[in-house]
Amino acid sequence: MLILTCPCCGVTAEETEFHGGGEAHVTRFGPGSSEDDFHGYLFEKVNPKGVHFERWRHNNGCGKWFHAARCTVTLEVFGTYSAQTTEPPQDIKDKISAKRPGWSWREFA
Amino acid sequence: MSEAVSALKGASFDGFVTVKDTGLHGMITLRGDLASDAVKAAVQDATGAPVPGQREVSGADGNWVAWMSPDELLLIVAYDAAPQIEADLRKALSGSHHLVANVSDARAVFRLSGSATGLREAIAKLCPVDMTPGAFGPGQFRRTRMAQIPAALWMPTDDSLHVICFRSVADYAFNLLKGAAAPGSEVGLFS
Repeated sequence: MLILTCPCCGVTAEETEFHGGGEAHVTRFGPGSSEDDFHGYLFEKVNPKGVHFERWRHNNGCGKWFHAARCTVTLEVFGTYSAQTTEPPQDIKDKISAKRPGWSWREFA
Repeated sequence: MSEAVSALKGASFDGFVTVKDTGLHGMITLRGDLASDAVKAAVQDATGAPVPGQREVSGADGNWVAWMSPDELLLIVAYDAAPQIEADLRKALSGSHHLVANVSDARAVFRLSGSATGLREAIAKLCPVDMTPGAFGPGQFRRTRMAQIPAALWMPTDDSLHVICFRSVADYAFNLLKGAAAPGSEVGLFS
């Protein structure tokens, strides 16, 4: 079972108190963008085996969105961090590097 | 004018802990910058209790201020006093970005009373919360999931616990609590 810590209210709870919000750090393409970009934004998700970045919402708690870095194989959570960012913070990346050397995810590594 | 009633009109159940609908409470949602002096002063004036810290509840005896999220408080006051407090808060915070709403009829409140270990156990059956005495106790406020619905808990004293949930699911919540407190279903986890 996935155990997440909400960075907004500090609660540590299992996943049923939260709700997954899909892949993190997706660049949005709206009106005016090319069809390829819009298609990529809507449909091209990575679905990796291993390190993954996701958005989560603490919907049975404080109701805030946040980001989580976790492993899809072991359900190990490397860390959670603010939703108000476009890339994982360095300390989260360092934690992942310590446990999964050589990892990469989209443009991050 | 219609007569205001609570969701279950004071229904009560005696199991290994007693579960009771506590009747009407005034409840006011206040959103804003909780660290600001304006909010601190307004909350103090309205309830006599300070703005609580993260995941805490301040105040006592039907006059509580609960920390709901980093920018939201729930003020629990007397039902009849709520409209006036709402107006006072709005006036006091008129210069700053905020939201004040009287949500007195939106939620239901249950009180569990009985043995300290019993009520912890009843909640532990329903919520993914560590109810060990060292992990949760008086002064703390926890929003969580109770079976299939969102709920919030706090313990005014060691041997009583309040559960708050949406009014529309009050009957479901009461049935859950009745089941969790059914005589003979003690697990003895905390005793």
